[in-house]
Amino acid sequence: MIEVLINSTLQLVLLLLVAPLVSGTIKTLKARLQMRRGPGILQSYRDILKLLRKGMVIPETASWIFSAAPYMVFGTATMVGLMIPMTTTHAPFSLFGGVLAVVYLLALGRFFLALGGLDTGSSFGGLGSSREMTISAIAEPAMMLAIFTVALGANSTNLSEMAKVAVGQSWRFLAPSQMLAFAALFIVLIAETGRIPVDNPATHLELTMIHEAMILEYSGPYLALIEWGASIKQLVLMTLLVNTFFPFGLSSDWTLQTIGVGLTFYLAKLLVLACLVVLVETSNAKLRLFRVPELLMVAFILGALALISTFLF
Amino acid sequence: MYILSVNTGFALSVAAYAVGAFGSLACWQKPSLARRICCNFALTGAVLGGLISVLAILRGTPVAWSVPSGIPLFAYSFSYDALAGFFNLALAILVAAVSTYSFGYLKEFEGKRNIGLFGFLFNLLLLSLTVVFTAANAFLFLIAWEVMALAAYGLVIFYHEDRETRRAGLLYVIMAHIDAGCLLLGFALLINSTGSAEFASFRPLSAQLNGGQQTAAFVLFFLGFTIKAGVIPFHIWLPAAHPVAPSNVSALLSGIVIKTGIYGMARIFLDVLGGVPSWAGLLVLIVGVVSAVLGVLYALMEHDLKRLLAYHSIENIGIILMGLGAALIFRVAGHPTLAAVALIAAMFHTLNHAIFKCLLFLGAGSVLHSTGTRNMEEMGGLIRPMPVTAFCFLIGAVAISGLPPLNGFVSEWLTYQALLAGFGAIPGLTRILFPLAGSMLALTGALAAACFVKAFAITFLALPRGAESRNVHEAPRAMLIGMGGLTLACAVLGLGVTWFLPVFDAMTEQLLGQRVSSHLVSGHGLVLSAGVRTSGTVSPLVIAVGLLVLMLPAALLVAIGVRSFGRKRGPVWDCGLPGLSEENEYTATAFSKALRMIFAVLYKPRREIQAVFDVSPYFPKEIRFESEIEPTFEKRLYAPLQEFLFRVSSRMRTIQAGSIHAYLAYIFVTLVLLLLFGVRK
Repeated sequence: MIEVLINSTLQLVLLLLVAPLVSGTIKTLKARLQMRRGPGILQSYRDILKLLRKGMVIPETASWIFSAAPYMVFGTATMVGLMIPMTTTHAPFSLFGGVLAVVYLLALGRFFLALGGLDTGSSFGGLGSSREMTISAIAEPAMMLAIFTVALGANSTNLSEMAKVAVGQSWRFLAPSQMLAFAALFIVLIAETGRIPVDNPATHLELTMIHEAMILEYSGPYLALIEWGASIKQLVLMTLLVNTFFPFGLSSDWTLQTIGVGLTFYLAKLLVLACLVVLVETSNAKLRLFRVPELLMVAFILGALALISTFLF
Repeated sequence: MYILSVNTGFALSVAAYAVGAFGSLACWQKPSLARRICCNFALTGAVLGGLISVLAILRGTPVAWSVPSGIPLFAYSFSYDALAGFFNLALAILVAAVSTYSFGYLKEFEGKRNIGLFGFLFNLLLLSLTVVFTAANAFLFLIAWEVMALAAYGLVIFYHEDRETRRAGLLYVIMAHIDAGCLLLGFALLINSTGSAEFASFRPLSAQLNGGQQTAAFVLFFLGFTIKAGVIPFHIWLPAAHPVAPSNVSALLSGIVIKTGIYGMARIFLDVLGGVPSWAGLLVLIVGVVSAVLGVLYALMEHDLKRLLAYHSIENIGIILMGLGAALIFRVAGHPTLAAVALIAAMFHTLNHAIFKCLLFLGAGSVLHSTGTRNMEEMGGLIRPMPVTAFCFLIGAVAISGLPPLNGFVSEWLTYQALLAGFGAIPGLTRILFPLAGSMLALTGALAAACFVKAFAITFLALPRGAESRNVHEAPRAMLIGMGGLTLACAVLGLGVTWFLPVFDAMTEQLLGQRVSSHLVSGHGLVLSAGVRTSGTVSPLVIAVGLLVLMLPAALLVAIGVRSFGRKRGPVWDCGLPGLSEENEYTATAFSKALRMIFAVLYKPRREIQAVFDVSPYFPKEIRFESEIEPTFEKRLYAPLQEFLFRVSSRMRTIQAGSIHAYLAYIFVTLVLLLLFGVRK
């Protein structure tokens, strides 16, 4: 019991600290790749701190749902973060929810955020909510298929178990089924975290935006919670990718040394994945909304192929 | 001692419904008294029925009794076993909530409608449901089935002045009789082989039936029960009939009446026939997947709140069938433990859907009661005048979307686990179907969440869109208590699932010879695990508590921020063009636009925009927008069928020319033919 508490506190701190760092790194790398100086990797921390010290404006039309949504987003994202192995194969809350709980908890946060978007009565909020729910709905089957491929290999939907099996077969990612599943999940990551070519995280007041439209009416500490929650969600999905497919540096014991090695490897892997995300974001233009389903269909087919190829190889 | 108490209690509960039925009919001229008789006796019957079902489930072994009727093949045979107990428990929970709700809801009928007649039909429906779940004689079952269909028909057309209502009722009654016909033929097949109509006599039969008979029996029962359950493509009556009924009736129809189809499948396929061939199990699974996905896709396009809910019943029946199909497949394949897990998933989802769908229909009923419209496009902002209804509806919406930590999540999670286990357990390529079905379940769940964001937000949030939604009031207290009970049940069944699981032990032991609940619980009773092969675990209770704990620091941060830097109310951002009104809000149609475009192949949407302008088309005075989707099944499947029937009927008319001589000749010829047959024998 005490151990679980200590573990979860440590992981929580790591989660809260690393998530803005990853967002900041992606922003900086993207700027550099586009020959801009960029804001610096600490910018996301500054944004959150600044928002926490701002006054809040709540729309006159909004009900308590509007105020509940930021807590739900933040709560579900951190909850999910405790279920996923980060630096060792052991995740503190792994027993209390596996990969299905992760997907559905994220959906719970999104459910409330979409309600919050519609609660204001602004057309922007409705537009964002509608698109967010649509895209996440068609991303879901692809995500599940890819995850099932990994889960069936590990005979478990429990993320710690999946990580342990992955550690046992470090070079498994060279198997076709794993590569296909990774590709599918990578596309889902792009869609779920609202990145180009699906959504543009940097835009405001354009009809192309999705996530930003939904949260347009939020301000001050509520906005800080939502931004923080979104970056944690992004970190969780990236962790899912790096730790289930590339389990290097993960260890099952708990010593200072293994944690140190694990943390170093973990950050390095995140950096590589962040570079990949940046490359995709910089080399693509945003897709029209109605072309996004085609992209997600590709992910679904990749997931199905991954599943089928577990028979062959 | 126990035998006495189970069948006495059963008789008392049936008697309470009967008194409720005839008592309220007798007092039809005193509406207030009729309302009290109707609701009080229904509530009494539910409490008794619930107690008995708990007793029967705890006891485990079936209690059977029979009263001969003197008619060949027909006897008043009952068997109160774990399966019957489980469905009676679900019935009792719903009836307790609905009859409490009706105390308030029926008040509106006083002086306007015949409450006596309503009470009669309502209690008759409950009585027949109790008998359907308990009957152990084919004819008793069929009679109860028919009474149930007719009582439901009477309730569906309760607002019979409306043409739409009458048409829906007609469609319902036709479909109900096609399904009763299929069941009659199915039972006739079994009776023909045994010479008895008792369920007990069918059980040893399954080994003796040859392949053709087995297939025929499966197909007939499958058709009969899937039509009743509203499975696609036999669903068209459901979204027509459920919304037009009074809301407390809709809640029962979607909550429990369609579940008689699920009960029938479990009873006949798993118990009476003792298993079906594996292709049949696969068929059930595939039909389930199709129903789930198409059901939710059609629900998304609805902006009639009650029709939307009706389509979600089709979706959830599909999810239940996925679990049931998996159970049937595992049983044939020789994996009784896995079959038990899949069966628990299916049955738990049956109960959960009964509860949250009932809750949502009661919520829709309160909204309808206050606003007088079912059209979501005219609603909005109801969360302020109706906070309790809104909260209950929100909980129901979260539960039906399968989101943690409520009950819908738990049963969907079990369904996922059963499907994933199927991949490892079933040999050959068919196993690829299991994870694919799982991914379709994911699609269904995500689309359901989208649909309930729409349903809740358009109905309850932002500003009122129509005159009907201003000046509304909260529902009367009795209605709130009815909804509150079900809301609590959604939370309790989700958070306390590990304590509830032993309820399924008697059922799985009876049907599959396995008690699995102890394998499904670990971690000091906090954690639900999937049992065998896949070792997934989840704990809704820890998730719920964890969420609350994790929100605390967030709340602290916000509180500090608000205290130091203030919080104020301000207008919504209007892009610098002041005067935002409810006309600028997103509507239900707009919300589902993106999905309508993406699934255009299925919907075949059609839209028409007309602009009226004086001088220039750039300054329209008025814009008319019309949009509709093609009702594919009605147009492509049922319309040709109807046309064919009409053609055949008009041909047949030539032999019914109205000449009495011709009719006499027909009678004579028939007599001669019958005599010939009789002599030959």
